[in-house]
Amino acid sequence: MDVSLFITCYNDTLFPETGKAVVRVLERLGHTIDFPRDQTCCGQMHWNTGYLREAVPIIRHFVEVFRDAEAVCIPSSSCVAMIRDHYPKAALESGDASFIADVDALLPRVWEFSEFLVKKLGVEDVGASYAHRVTYHASCHSLRSLHLGDVPMRLLRNVRGIELADLPSIDRCCGFGGTFAIKNADVSSEMLGEKMASIQETKAEVCTAVDNSCLMHIYGGLHRQRTNVRTAHLAEILASEEARA
Amino acid sequence: MSAGSELNWPDRAFPTAAKELLQNTQLRRNVRHATDVIMRKRAHVVNEMSDWEALRESGSAIKRHTLRYLDTYLVQFEQACTAAGGHVHWAADAAEANAIALSLLKAKSATEVIKIKSMTTEEIGLNRSLEAHGIHPVETDLAELINQLGEERPSHIVAPALHKNRHEVRDIFARTMHLDSIGDRPEDLTEVARQYLRAKFLRVPIAISGANFLIAETGGVCVVESEGNGRMCLTLPDTLITIAGIEKVIPRFQDLEVFLQTLPRSATGERMNPYNSIWTGVRQGDGPQEFHVILLDNGRSAILHDHEAAQTLKCIRCGACQNTCPVYRQTGGHAYSSVYAGPIGAILTPQLYQLERGSSLPYASSLCGACYEVCPVKINIPEVLIHLRGQVVAREQATLTGELGPWNLGMKVAAKIFASGDRLALAQHLGRIGQKPFVGKDGFIDHLPLMLGGWTQSRDAEPLPPQSFREWWSKREKKDPAQKGGGH
Repeated sequence: MDVSLFITCYNDTLFPETGKAVVRVLERLGHTIDFPRDQTCCGQMHWNTGYLREAVPIIRHFVEVFRDAEAVCIPSSSCVAMIRDHYPKAALESGDASFIADVDALLPRVWEFSEFLVKKLGVEDVGASYAHRVTYHASCHSLRSLHLGDVPMRLLRNVRGIELADLPSIDRCCGFGGTFAIKNADVSSEMLGEKMASIQETKAEVCTAVDNSCLMHIYGGLHRQRTNVRTAHLAEILASEEARA
Repeated sequence: MSAGSELNWPDRAFPTAAKELLQNTQLRRNVRHATDVIMRKRAHVVNEMSDWEALRESGSAIKRHTLRYLDTYLVQFEQACTAAGGHVHWAADAAEANAIALSLLKAKSATEVIKIKSMTTEEIGLNRSLEAHGIHPVETDLAELINQLGEERPSHIVAPALHKNRHEVRDIFARTMHLDSIGDRPEDLTEVARQYLRAKFLRVPIAISGANFLIAETGGVCVVESEGNGRMCLTLPDTLITIAGIEKVIPRFQDLEVFLQTLPRSATGERMNPYNSIWTGVRQGDGPQEFHVILLDNGRSAILHDHEAAQTLKCIRCGACQNTCPVYRQTGGHAYSSVYAGPIGAILTPQLYQLERGSSLPYASSLCGACYEVCPVKINIPEVLIHLRGQVVAREQATLTGELGPWNLGMKVAAKIFASGDRLALAQHLGRIGQKPFVGKDGFIDHLPLMLGGWTQSRDAEPLPPQSFREWWSKREKKDPAQKGGGH
C-alpha cells in the first residue's frame, strides 16, 4: 500500500527517531512510504488554545497536501483527534463546499499509527523484539477520542522479549494538555507528579505511548527528578529488532 | 449591578488561585479521597446498567428539546403551577431574585428561614442579601451547615464541604456551637447536626429550596436529597419558596424516569436517592399552604443564543465531571472562584457573566475529555471549552495590549511558519541556532525564556536534535532515489 506519512510538526522537529521508526516498521511490512514535503502541522495548538481563525489556513494546508493520499498514517493520537473531531466543524463554518467535501473524503483515510497497523492492515505482530520492562501510558485522545482501547497493547504483547507492566490509573491525564502545561504550569506539574509516581510504581525501564507530546512532558519530569526511566514512542519499540536473548 | 458584585467570591485568575491552593496538602488529600470514593461507587452502579448509554442519550435529547422550546415549557409550567395554587415569579437577574425573596419573607415578618441545599441561591448570593436585611438563613444540608458555620464557600456542587474532613468538621462544630467534647466519628457529627437542626425545623415557619426539576406538564417541582432535611423543609413550614434556574424545566412527569436513574448514579453513586420529593402547588391541610417559585434567568437566556455553548444548560448538576476531573482533583473547587467549580464551572461561570468574570476558566483544563465521558446528559465540555477559548482570544485581539501580547504574537508567527514545509524547515534551522545559550552541560534545557519558562519550572526540555525528520528524509531520498516508490 502507498502510505503517506504525516510526521506532525513536533515529531519532525523534536522526535525524528519516531518518524524513522514508523518508516522502518511500515517498510518492513512491505509498504511504500511517501513523505509529502510541504506538510507542516495539523493546527491543533492554535485550535485548542482558541486561535480558531489562525488555525483554519493550517487545516486547509493539511487537507491540500494530503487530499490525494491513499492512506495517511500519523504517529500522534492527539493530531488524529484534532483532524477527526474538529476539521469537519472548521470546514462547515467556512461555508466553502469544496473544503467541506475534501474534509469529508479525506477523514476515512486518516489513521493513527497503531490503529493503522491493527485495524487497517490487520497486523498485530510486526516482528519486533525489545528486551525491556515497559509500561504503556494511554493518552487521553487515544482513549476518549480515537477509542483505541487495547490496540497498542495488542501490538506490544507480540514484541519478543518485552516485559509489560500495567500502569495504575491508566485513564488519568498526565497533565500535558498542550498550552495548558504552560498556562497552568503549577497544576500541570502536580498532575505530572501523580503520573510519574504511577510510572515508577511499575518499576518499568521504559514508558511508552502513541503520543510523543505526553512523553515529552513525562520524560521532562522524570529527567528533572534524575530518575533512570526513559520514554519511547510505541513506533520505536515496534521498530526495534534487538538481538534475541 | 455589575457582573458578579452580588457574589461573595473574589474574581481571581485560575492559575493564581490554584497555585495557592496547591500548597494546602490537607485539602488536596481530602479532595482526592472524596472524589476517588464517589467515582468508585459511581463506576459500580453505572457499569451494572446495560442501557446506560441509551439513558445518557435520552437525557441529552430531552434537555436539548426542552432548551429549544424553553419559552413554551416555562409558560406551561407557570400556568400549571398557578392552577395548582402556587405563585410564579420571574427574575431577570440575581438582584431581582433576591428582592423578590426578601419581599416575600418580609410580608411574613420573618427573622429566620430554613434552607435546603441550593447552588442557585449560592449563585445569587441570597444568604448575604438576607442577612443584610436582618433575616437569618439556616442551612439544613449537613455540608452547607458546615460551610455556613465555618464561614467557608462551597467547593463542590453536590458535596459543598468536600474539601473538609471529619476532624475539621468536628473543630468547626465545637468552635461555633461551643461544644467541648464531641467526637469526630460520622455518627457523632450527624447527631450534633441533628440536635441543632431539629430545633430549627420545629420552630421556623418558612423554607427556601432550590429545584432539581420543574415539571411543565403538572407544575410540579422535584428535589432529590440524601439526608431528609429537605423533606422536613418541604413539609413542616407554612410557606415554601423555591428558587430555580429557568433551565431546570422538563416537559413531562414521565421524563423523570430517565433523570431519576442517571442523576443519583452520577452524583453520589446511589441507585436511587434516599429522598425523592415531588410537590405540586398547595394542598389544603397538608404541607406548606403558601408556595412560591422564583424563576431565575441571570444570564441563562444569553447562553441559549450561543448555538454551540447552549448545551451547557443541559446540566443537571450531578457533579460527576468534578469528581473525574484531574484538574479539580489537584486544586479542589475554590480555585475556580465560583460556586460552579470543575469542568462544568469552567464553561458555565464565564458564560453567566459574559466573560466579565472567569475568563481564565476555559483554560483550566487539559482537554482530557474525562468530563464528557461521564456526563449523564452528554455535554461536550471540551468542545465548549475550546469555543469559549476562541471568544477569549477574540476579545484579547480586540485590544492593543492583547494584540501585541506574547501569546498572540507567538501564535501569529507560528501560523506563518506552518504555511509551508520550507518555512517550517527554516524555522527548525533557526531554532537549533537560537537554542544554544539554553542547553546545559548535560545536554538538556532546564530554563526557557518568557512564557516557555512555565515548562521548565518542573520539566527539562530536550533540545532540538541536529537533524529534523524532513532533513533525514531528504538525504535518504538523495542517497537512494529508487527507495521512493519501491517497497522492500
